[in-house]
Amino acid sequence: MAYDKFTILKSKAVPLPTENVDTDQIIPARFLKATEREGFGDNLFRDWRYDVEGNLKKDFVLNDPTYSGKILVAGKNFGSGSSREHAVWALYDYGFRCVVSSFFADIFKNNCLNIGVLPVTISAEFADTLFAAIAADPTTTVEINLPQQTITLLATGASESFDINEYKKDNMQHGFDDIDYLINMSAEIEGFAASR
Amino acid sequence: MEKNTLFDKIWDTHVVKSVPAGPDVFFIDKHFIHEVTSPVAFLNLEKRGIGVKYPHRTIATPDHNVPTVDQDQTIKDKLSRMQVEKLRENCAKYDIELHDLGSAHHGIVHVIGPELGVTQPGMTIVCGDSHTSTHGAFGAIAFGIGTSEVEMVLATQCIMQSKAKKMRISVEGTLGKGVTSKDIILYIISKISAAGATGYFVEYAGSAIQSLSMEARMTICNMSIEMGARGGLIAPDETTFAYLQGKQYAPKGADWEKAVAYWKTLKTDDGAIFDKELVFEAADIEPMITYGTNPGMGIKVSGNIPTTQGMEGSNKNSYLKSLDYMGFAPGEAVKGKLVDYVFVGSCTNGRIEDIRAVAQFVKGHQKAENITAWIVPGSREVEKMAHEEGLVKILEDAGFELRQPGCSACLAMNDDKIPAGKYAVSTSNRNFEGRQGPGARTMLASPLTVAAVAITGRITDPREVF
Repeated sequence: MAYDKFTILKSKAVPLPTENVDTDQIIPARFLKATEREGFGDNLFRDWRYDVEGNLKKDFVLNDPTYSGKILVAGKNFGSGSSREHAVWALYDYGFRCVVSSFFADIFKNNCLNIGVLPVTISAEFADTLFAAIAADPTTTVEINLPQQTITLLATGASESFDINEYKKDNMQHGFDDIDYLINMSAEIEGFAASR
Repeated sequence: MEKNTLFDKIWDTHVVKSVPAGPDVFFIDKHFIHEVTSPVAFLNLEKRGIGVKYPHRTIATPDHNVPTVDQDQTIKDKLSRMQVEKLRENCAKYDIELHDLGSAHHGIVHVIGPELGVTQPGMTIVCGDSHTSTHGAFGAIAFGIGTSEVEMVLATQCIMQSKAKKMRISVEGTLGKGVTSKDIILYIISKISAAGATGYFVEYAGSAIQSLSMEARMTICNMSIEMGARGGLIAPDETTFAYLQGKQYAPKGADWEKAVAYWKTLKTDDGAIFDKELVFEAADIEPMITYGTNPGMGIKVSGNIPTTQGMEGSNKNSYLKSLDYMGFAPGEAVKGKLVDYVFVGSCTNGRIEDIRAVAQFVKGHQKAENITAWIVPGSREVEKMAHEEGLVKILEDAGFELRQPGCSACLAMNDDKIPAGKYAVSTSNRNFEGRQGPGARTMLASPLTVAAVAITGRITDPREVF
């Protein structure tokens, strides 16, 4: 379905430097039983946020009131494992609109782009700069500028550009999704299908 | 003449259109769906007021959340029941072939596709499940997709995909005794890491791969995603054709001859260029096991857990967090450690050959007292063969509990869960935190290693037992 338009986002950021965070951590399989898309944010990082009795684990970053924002800055190889789009639904439902990492798993990245959460791939060095800046000042503002394809720490001006293909960029900026595009070319697809 | 890889040959013939500075509009021959990742796709179709474009190109089965006991009764868990009922409703409404619980071909989607002969060389196959890469064993381009893409396939039979880079991994030579295809793939992932093939589609080649059965090839392609690859595939050959011949949906008569003639063209041309090439020697591979919380954290069963030497920062912290979860220390041996559960099953190792291997090894032995042993066939067909071949009796005599087909303890979204803190040696594909139940500690291994662990109750090299 069409989603929110994304142009420029200025927000505080939540740091999660752990590497190889798989989609089973983002949302465990036992919470995938809904038949609608709502409400997954409650179980985002469920087993890192809550203990087995359901009490908040105070040392987990989402439970630390020091950190908040619409940007998640994650460690290397974020979103590996299962193709469950529920992982992105959970991030979105919780309030994240952008995930930043030095390395994303492929299917997760596609899933992000398909529902309008912007995945921003940065260098390992810039990831270190971001983690250090957020640790020094948790209220520091990060700007994601999609038209310019830049990510900037506003306090210092430290900045880096990121890649996104023109088609997906256009979709994100206008809130279009792939199905709109595919349905518009159904005659062409029908011709192709008939030849097979 | 242009030299192409197998991957190029299949990909390029399925591109309806290339979007300038964007992805390809990629045509999908076969689409598998299950109860967990499809309901929202159907719901969105309804919201848009559109239907399923080519229903005969989609096949459905419930597998992820189904119970593995009393499948003839109503599912007790309300949410699981609702998802399965939704799948039934949607299949009936849109005229999609459903292999329902209890039917002759019910099972894990990646087990029944090949069994039915739906999966064939040269096809493009997707499913809202990352282990769709399994079907690549037949020389198909097969990969997992998200629910938005499930919706795209239902609505248009296409998805928007950028072509992946190409990697060839060759394994040459002869495998040693007690070494299986599961050990090959755990070895490869341990060498290149859980992210080592991200951005690539992998072709597996070499004499060790060519010598494998279809079941063994499926195990390898299945775990391609565990090193980050979009998918993995193996060129079809006589082994592939022999497996497919006579299967329900395989071509028949003159169509068969025509199909085989085409399938024989599906191989990488000599001199074709890959973006990356890796070569491993089969003789270097020993029985493998994982000790951490991603599939790249694997060692030979007789080996020691790596120390933190050379690690720093978040890399070291993530490593220690993982070992802490597992209750292990850097540098220690895994062999001899006590185990609580063994699980044989899943889309990785839930096929008849896997069950045969375990039965052959445990025949005449008893499982250790400290072990709970679950064996879960990947499909009704596998279950039926296991009964007919007398394997069920052997396994039950050895103290294994045979359950009904489904994803079972691979992912803890049904009743089959490993309790917190307990160790499970499992033939499945993921050792992530909580994968087999909150707090569960998973160690991935081959069916043979699992059989050895079941008998001794401890981490054991299968070559030392049987």
